[in-house]
Amino acid sequence: MDKDPADFQPTAALSVLALRHALRKRLRSFFDDRGFIEVDTPLLSHDAVVDLNIDPLRVTVFSDPTQPDVGQTLWLQTSPEFAMKRLLAAGAERIYQITHAFRGGEQGDRHNPEFTMVEWYRVGDGLREGMELLGELACEMLDVPAVDQCTYREAFVRHVGVDPHRASAGELRRAALASGIDVPRSMADSSRDEWLNLLLAELVEPQLGTQRPLILFDYPASQAALARVREDDPPVAERFELYYRGVELANGYHELLDSQLLEKRNREANAQRAACGKYCLPEESRLLDAMRHGLPRCAGVALGFDRLLMALIGSRYIHEVMPFPIDRA
Amino acid sequence: MGTYKTSDFRKGLKVQIEGEPYLMIEMNFVKPGKGNALYKCKLRNLIRGTVLDRTYKGGDSLESADVEEIASQYLYRQGDTFVFMDNATYDQYELSAEQVGDSWKYLKEGLPCSMVLYNGQPIIMSPPNHVELKVVECEPGAKGDTATNVTKSVKVETGAEFLGPAFLKEGNVIKIDTRTGAYVERVSN
Repeated sequence: MDKDPADFQPTAALSVLALRHALRKRLRSFFDDRGFIEVDTPLLSHDAVVDLNIDPLRVTVFSDPTQPDVGQTLWLQTSPEFAMKRLLAAGAERIYQITHAFRGGEQGDRHNPEFTMVEWYRVGDGLREGMELLGELACEMLDVPAVDQCTYREAFVRHVGVDPHRASAGELRRAALASGIDVPRSMADSSRDEWLNLLLAELVEPQLGTQRPLILFDYPASQAALARVREDDPPVAERFELYYRGVELANGYHELLDSQLLEKRNREANAQRAACGKYCLPEESRLLDAMRHGLPRCAGVALGFDRLLMALIGSRYIHEVMPFPIDRA
Repeated sequence: MGTYKTSDFRKGLKVQIEGEPYLMIEMNFVKPGKGNALYKCKLRNLIRGTVLDRTYKGGDSLESADVEEIASQYLYRQGDTFVFMDNATYDQYELSAEQVGDSWKYLKEGLPCSMVLYNGQPIIMSPPNHVELKVVECEPGAKGDTATNVTKSVKVETGAEFLGPAFLKEGNVIKIDTRTGAYVERVSN
């Protein structure tokens, strides 16, 4: 590709970088005021989250510089979740960090493969407390008086007209076709989760948090990831996400504590990855060891720092809030 | 022919959908929550100019369109057929009056044009942004010749008529903006 000599310039205005600095300071005092300590865990890890839709980047850690391709494969973190939960299992109670995270293949108006994440955990919290803390943070950072809350089910009933926990794949498909959105031709035999994902992206998300920030919660059990599943009828994942003006800003869990359940989810996620031709990820991890040792009840949240800043200044593009997006990195 | 996977999708890609060539004019990467990636594209049909909204999911692919842009020049017209020549290979290409559209107004012999070939066949030609044409016929200048806000119709060497200032005379060469059809200036008397 031709190199443009003006590419050395940042894509974000220096005034925005100053706001970035101010926001980081405000976040730190928010957590410091609540007795959290800031931790600093490695970006490179032997372990990786095993998720169908998250593709971690690999790094070869060589010992012989004449053979740079020979060595251990380590993963750039997709979030600091594993390391921070290991600290909780070791006795930490309130921790946060502001760090870089990496996800392969994610590039667009609101995505950059390397981005900044704010992540925090508090021992003792369940779904309710986790959502409250996220709401307080959203109010303070976005300077709004309150946040709204809405279950995943309510949002689907309102904006799509289906019950996301009970509708069959066929019913979800018909709802998508009837709504007039463009449905990918390859989706004919898709799973319920894929239809929910399409409907969420096209019909629900744009309506979330239009007035003030909104926390969406109680996700389908099939989308629990590392959240606990509450055995209601039907069961729901104790997972919650913050939206503002149609943009997802944060994802939180009442954390899964059961190591055997995580082993099972890892196996299933790897099988799904293999089925669609993706590389497999290590299922065994030091997080599993920590969970076997005993992870205390807790809730945790990962918040996209760049997107928070975008929301604050009304920007639609992530490159406007980071100095050097990947094309200029 | 090659294929593009969703991970290759970007603005400017030329792809084939249902047998017709499209230019990807917008591409939005969307990935809600921990869901799978969706690629929301706007695609312009390179033959008809219509715009299509299509959503693809991660792992989908599109066939690449065999589309190439060549430098050519206009040779002559034969009835409803316009004949062009590839400047590099000297191959000749014929376009119909419909394919040429309003651009016929600027086609004088030897005019450099860019041309888009799809599967080796010409589908679009575009003249340069500015073309100089000789006035062959015009009304005599109205009274108050020098007033700049008075316009009149002039006929140029291609047979097309344009609006220009009242002072134009037969034999003048004028510059026309081909994107708007507007008179720009008089180049010579």
